[in-house]
Amino acid sequence: MTATTTSARSDLSELGRSETALRTFLHGLPGVDQVGAEQRAAQLGTRSIKTTAKAQAIDLAIRMVDLTTLEGADTPGKVRALAAKALRPDPADPTCPHVGAVCVYPAMVPHVAEVLRGSAVHLASVATAFPSGQAPLDVKLADTRAAVAAGADEIDMVINRGAFLAGRYAEVYDEIVATKEACGDAHLKVILETGELATYDNVRRASWLGMLAGGDFIKTSTGKVPVAATLPVTLVMLEAVRDFRAATGRQVGVKPAGGIKNTKDAIKYLVMVNETVGGDWLSPDWFRFGASSLLNDLLMQRTKLTTGIYSGPDYFTLD
Amino acid sequence: MMFEYAPAPESRAIVDIRSSYGLFIDGRFVDGENLDKTVNPATEEVLAEVTWAGAQDVDRAVRAARKAYDKVWGPMPGRDRAKYLYRIARLIQERSRELAVLESLDNGKPIRESRDVDLPLVAAHFFYYAGWADKLPYAGFGADPRPLGVAAQVIPWNFPLLMLAWKVAPALAAGNTVVLKPAETTPLTALLFAEICQQADLPAGVVNIVTGAGDTGRALVEHPGVDKVAFTGSTEVGKAIARSVAGTGKKVTLELGGKAANIVYDDAPVDQAVEGIVNGIFFNQGHVCCAGSRLLVQENVAEQVLDALKRRMALLRVGDPLDKNTDVGAINSAAQLARIRELSDAGAAEGAQRWSPPCELPERGFWFAPTIFTGVTQAHRVAREEIFGPVLSVLTFRTPAEAVEKANNTPYGLSAGIWTDKGSRILWTADRLRAGVVWANTFNKFDPTSPFGGYKESGYGREGGRHGLEGYLNV
Amino acid sequence: MSERVAVRKTYKLFIGGKFPRSESGRSYLVQSANVSLASRKDARDAVVAARAAVKGWSGATAYNRGQILYRVAEMLEGRREQFVALGVPGGEVDAAVDRWVWYAGWADKLPQVYGGANPVAGPYFNLSAPEPTGVVAVVAPESPALLGLVGVIAPAIVTGNTVVVAASPSAPLAAVTLAEVLATSDLPGGVVNLLTGRITETAPTLAAHLDVNAIDLAGVTDRELATELEAGAAENLKRVLRPVPADHDWAGDPGLGRMTALLETKTVWHPKGV
Repeated sequence: MTATTTSARSDLSELGRSETALRTFLHGLPGVDQVGAEQRAAQLGTRSIKTTAKAQAIDLAIRMVDLTTLEGADTPGKVRALAAKALRPDPADPTCPHVGAVCVYPAMVPHVAEVLRGSAVHLASVATAFPSGQAPLDVKLADTRAAVAAGADEIDMVINRGAFLAGRYAEVYDEIVATKEACGDAHLKVILETGELATYDNVRRASWLGMLAGGDFIKTSTGKVPVAATLPVTLVMLEAVRDFRAATGRQVGVKPAGGIKNTKDAIKYLVMVNETVGGDWLSPDWFRFGASSLLNDLLMQRTKLTTGIYSGPDYFTLD
Repeated sequence: MMFEYAPAPESRAIVDIRSSYGLFIDGRFVDGENLDKTVNPATEEVLAEVTWAGAQDVDRAVRAARKAYDKVWGPMPGRDRAKYLYRIARLIQERSRELAVLESLDNGKPIRESRDVDLPLVAAHFFYYAGWADKLPYAGFGADPRPLGVAAQVIPWNFPLLMLAWKVAPALAAGNTVVLKPAETTPLTALLFAEICQQADLPAGVVNIVTGAGDTGRALVEHPGVDKVAFTGSTEVGKAIARSVAGTGKKVTLELGGKAANIVYDDAPVDQAVEGIVNGIFFNQGHVCCAGSRLLVQENVAEQVLDALKRRMALLRVGDPLDKNTDVGAINSAAQLARIRELSDAGAAEGAQRWSPPCELPERGFWFAPTIFTGVTQAHRVAREEIFGPVLSVLTFRTPAEAVEKANNTPYGLSAGIWTDKGSRILWTADRLRAGVVWANTFNKFDPTSPFGGYKESGYGREGGRHGLEGYLNV
Repeated sequence: MSERVAVRKTYKLFIGGKFPRSESGRSYLVQSANVSLASRKDARDAVVAARAAVKGWSGATAYNRGQILYRVAEMLEGRREQFVALGVPGGEVDAAVDRWVWYAGWADKLPQVYGGANPVAGPYFNLSAPEPTGVVAVVAPESPALLGLVGVIAPAIVTGNTVVVAASPSAPLAAVTLAEVLATSDLPGGVVNLLTGRITETAPTLAAHLDVNAIDLAGVTDRELATELEAGAAENLKRVLRPVPADHDWAGDPGLGRMTALLETKTVWHPKGV
């Protein structure tokens, strides 16, 4: 609990200098009771969001989508189509907002950049030998620089889970610092890969580590391991960004990614943001959904709200 | 940006409330003479007229119960009693939405709680005790434990149907028949339960429901024809009952008041602890005998915990009980509201600092904003008396020994909470707390298999689990 | 040769491990001996001693309590003839010894039989365990003077309660002699406190005392007094064990009832998670 005291504020920047200091700090964070955290998440999931609130939530969720494709089979044509959809998700309805960002592999960045140029939609690229992170540091940094040079203004990096789980916190920290430096002006999203962290205590520690090292966002998952974003994991991460801001004054964003398939799920996340960190985070600048199929469901639900008629998947493009 | 939740009201069309109700005696509703109104505490709207049973009505109910005990329920094989109870459990599950809405209307509790907590527990309780009916020789009370006869049961208004379940299910499973008096402000779900008994074809007289206030309860408890008295309510009334049954040989179980300490150590999982504190005192508007109404927080984290608690309290949604997003509903009655106000005013007058989040309360109905008092000492009335409302007293402690000493420094002993990540400290603390239920790193959890009941002036006997049978058997 | 002049015993109260006279300075003649006539203040002092002993005795391990109760049996066996000389039938002394042995064995078994894990519908560890209720006031049966007394003291203390016993007014010598056995059996002072004298004087004080947790009316034969004591006990909601019928067979199987009536069940919940 000492982590959140204001007196600790000035000390936090020094933590990265010492493995011992980092360990002491991270292991001094308050524990997370699994059952309690999961119950709180489930309870927030019972909120009933209807009518005007639902309309508001759907538009907000659309604006928060990082429209993502991260497949070996991605082609320039596919990512261009995706970028076009990001700009105008529902061509039939000009009131429909654009999404938050398009997220692709570094090789696809130039093709997306062409489409998005001049728009308010951000261009995110995974980097640092996504999704495993199993590459030498200089390769990861080169990967990052290349993506930024090609036009990405957001970089989604993966942390070294092996080092984290082995307790080599300084190694993880230094990699994030180096990647942040390689990003230049681009925003850095630090992927914790919570599905591999085994406990919520680890999620909380990894969240703090990512923030201490300079991450602009902390993100749950690559989407490439069996367990992706969950509500309780996101709850723990939201608590971390809340406490981090209280301790340092710096606000960090949160991005659950993977497994968020429909409007109902997305609204549960928004409720959780609302009741954990509040309105300051209810913006695409501070909260994103890493998703692909979610957008179509949001669009269908949006159409239902405006027309009163249930829509179907045939009326929205698949990419 | 602001994310405002639009109203999400649960429909009340599912409930068909009659304009007036008689008493449920010997399997049917019989009209009485004295009628009184039961109101929706959230709106003060009259829901129905209900009969207030007099001594003669109570006598008829006890006789009906006696006849049913002698002729039908007593001689019936346990396996058949079990099947009636299973039937009732299923009917409750099938009609749970209807019961939940009615409970929220009559009691003022949020539909989220009546739907997600009360009703599932009610059904589970009947389901659990149904299974005991034909297994009593294995319950650890000898080879052939016998029922007592007619049980007089008086229940409170805070969990009307759940308290009915806690009383009726073990009594019937053990082979007793019952006369139950619900609280005068919340009679409606008990009357709907009477309809469920009819629907289950439960033999006439096995369950009798007499509505009314204190006089009705007294007539029931003091009736010479009852063999067993089970009461849940205030310690004051519990003592009066204990006095009145002295010398009669009636078996008594009492589940009374509390002033539970919720102890937060400096290594607590703080986010869950804050949830536990909130759940501990604001669940059911604090109308909970085991509510964690005294927060004992270790002084080196008191400021952080309080900040987090206040932040969390500001999110509580107070209002229409039938809105699915309501967290805190209406105070059950004008009388209870007056009591909460009186004690809260005393807290402020005695020098404790009062705080409530900004909170718009409806104009009609009985409402009280979630409130905490800081700077409270053991001597303050808000630290000693049961408020039975959404009011938390915050005290600090320095050492574990001091926490335990303060926690136990009360005539009550119903429940307690412990929050720490250190296992041995949990067990050390739990060992020393004089309380019947200790929640460690959780709070206000209930289960039909888990015995519930207090030490000291919180009453005697246990409800729930194998232990809960003991109060209904001649052991 | 002149016959030796016997040394007569003074039969005193047993409070806090010591044998004081009544603070009132009174005694009464019974069974050809002068026995202390306990006052209300003696009853109060006995409650103070019993309360002081609760922490240590209830905190002792069950194994330790069982050992001490067994030690009582050993010491009683050794003093068999002394009780016979007081008029207690030899068979009753034997039964009393056996009763101590029986209860001694329950110390570390009752919590297993009477408590246990509860299979709650959720991710929780949930355990119910019995604990002593605290200070128990006991009105001992008039007779059998020894077996009846053992039959009310042993079930109360084996689980960790401490007791204040009002001995049979008509046959107190066996009771005081039992106190002497207890005083030499490693039983901590204050666990058993014994008052001799009038029930009508001590029992109402004990029944109304707010620092007494339970009252066992086993030996109360007067119905009106029993009702008065039970009503007095309501003041702080003492657990009440009602009078035992005069024809009760104290030599029969005692069952668990006298132990469990003086227990509180504590149920502890804890989440299961990683």
